[in-house]
Amino acid sequence: MTLTVALQSHGPIPLDLSFRVAPGELLALVGPSGAGKTTALRAIAGLMTPETGRVTAGDAVWLDTSAGVNLPPYRRHLGVVFQSYALFPHLTALGNVLTAMQVPDRIEAQRLLDLVNLQGLANRRPSDLSGGQQQRVALARTLARRPKALLLDEPFSAVDRATRDGLQAEIIALRAHLNMPVVLVTHDLNEAQMLADRMLVIDAGRMIREGTTAEVMADAAALRTLGVREVAALLPAVIVAHEDDGLTRLDTATGPIFLPRIDAPIGTRLRVRIMAHEVILSRDRPVGLSAQNILPATVRSVVPGDGPAVTLHLALGPDEILARITRRAAADLALVPGDPVHVILKTMSVARDHIGRAG
Amino acid sequence: MDWTALTLSLWLAFWTVAILLPVSVLAGRGLAYTNFRGKGLVEAAVMLPLVLPPTVLGYYLLVGFGANSSLGNLWQGIFGHPLAFSFEGLVLASVLFNLPFAIQPAQRGFEAIPVALREAAACCGLSPWRALWAVDLPLAWPGLLTAMVLTFAHTLGEFGIVLMVGGSIPDETKTIAIAIYDRVQAFDTDDARVMAATLVAISFVTIAATYWLSARLGKRLT
Repeated sequence: MTLTVALQSHGPIPLDLSFRVAPGELLALVGPSGAGKTTALRAIAGLMTPETGRVTAGDAVWLDTSAGVNLPPYRRHLGVVFQSYALFPHLTALGNVLTAMQVPDRIEAQRLLDLVNLQGLANRRPSDLSGGQQQRVALARTLARRPKALLLDEPFSAVDRATRDGLQAEIIALRAHLNMPVVLVTHDLNEAQMLADRMLVIDAGRMIREGTTAEVMADAAALRTLGVREVAALLPAVIVAHEDDGLTRLDTATGPIFLPRIDAPIGTRLRVRIMAHEVILSRDRPVGLSAQNILPATVRSVVPGDGPAVTLHLALGPDEILARITRRAAADLALVPGDPVHVILKTMSVARDHIGRAG
Repeated sequence: MDWTALTLSLWLAFWTVAILLPVSVLAGRGLAYTNFRGKGLVEAAVMLPLVLPPTVLGYYLLVGFGANSSLGNLWQGIFGHPLAFSFEGLVLASVLFNLPFAIQPAQRGFEAIPVALREAAACCGLSPWRALWAVDLPLAWPGLLTAMVLTFAHTLGEFGIVLMVGGSIPDETKTIAIAIYDRVQAFDTDDARVMAATLVAISFVTIAATYWLSARLGKRLT
């Protein structure tokens, strides 16, 4: 069931967007605040009507302004998880989930609560639940409707970082069960990169860049319109050992790296977000260096930008990471595609929330 | 003590509340959730009975459903007795006169529900009718309760409009407030004292019970 969206509005918040999301795919809408991300989501949900537009989910037409079709939200089979949770305060967790069912089914509602790890909390009211627990209830309530598409509006921005890591892991785990299109609105590029298959960068309601997450996150020009220089890649890795000195040893395609202790069992497959500007390159394998993580790689391409920096795409076996160095350094090293090179990563440069479980 | 008048007053209050409860749910919810041109005018019209002297409203009501009006004639044709100076006419007047007491608190009750919750209800697949029962009413309860208690107590105490459109017909339009007036006019202060005290007690207990109940409901909801 593919979700197709085309929205145009002049004001008050301009919109000119068109995209499709395949079943099982997670698309992240990213952009600065005020870019129209949430407005686009609200238009898909039917909470606002654009001047012209068309929204379909499989065969179902939810909005078609040219044909005069505009279904109210309750007749669009989708689920929305809001930033503010928006749980019904007078109902228990179970009651919230039951309310969203066309035919209330206690066993199914309990199963959904179990699915989001809320065992034993079914009879608590929202006021007796933590932020993360409330957002889990909201997620279960959303699934109770058996939606054809899932919309997530900044779902993790109101919870603390530890809770956010847990919730993100849950979304990654849930996606295996959900064969539906998912649209995630976020201003957090790290979150988008960790969760999304594809990204849509929007500004002032218009699409600036669309592509796979790896493509968009490697595009320094597109990211600059967001006001960030966070070019980054995801490096797959597997936990192989927890060392006595507090570091965790991971295997990548071309060698081991050490990161600050990661609380996950040996064998866990991870994706580590490597910020391109944290990467140091060396033609020869360096000796006498404090950095512990030195991985052999091959230059795939050198992409010059507008500014003083260039972005290098580097192959680590089948994987790719990015390095952002100055033009001057690139000229000194005279790197061209096919050249072998050594990638140097500082252990402490990887932020805790830049490490996520692989889906 | 005029028990007939007290019973009549209680019945009048009961019917006024019974009619205004669904009216205030629909009108209060409608005013709370929608914006339309002329909304301010509608709200002002609802509040008008609060500031008008009962004589003005009573005058228009007598003109509106008196023997020479089309409504009065229609009523006479169907039920065989005039609408003015009847219990039914009194109920109609009471309903109109209590509109601000019923609709205003109900509207505030619905307005207190966060927009995000209403949107969440719609996005959970709840039709407006299902949302009313599952979300709106459980959350707007305190406002509706206030509305109905104010209406009930206010009807018991209403004097001017009852005199204007009801006259003082025993067992038909002579409410306890009118009966007290009659007794005082007849220098029967003993009877007036008993009835006045009874009215004070009933009104006080009703309103006190509401405060107690709202506090309990409020505690349960937060």
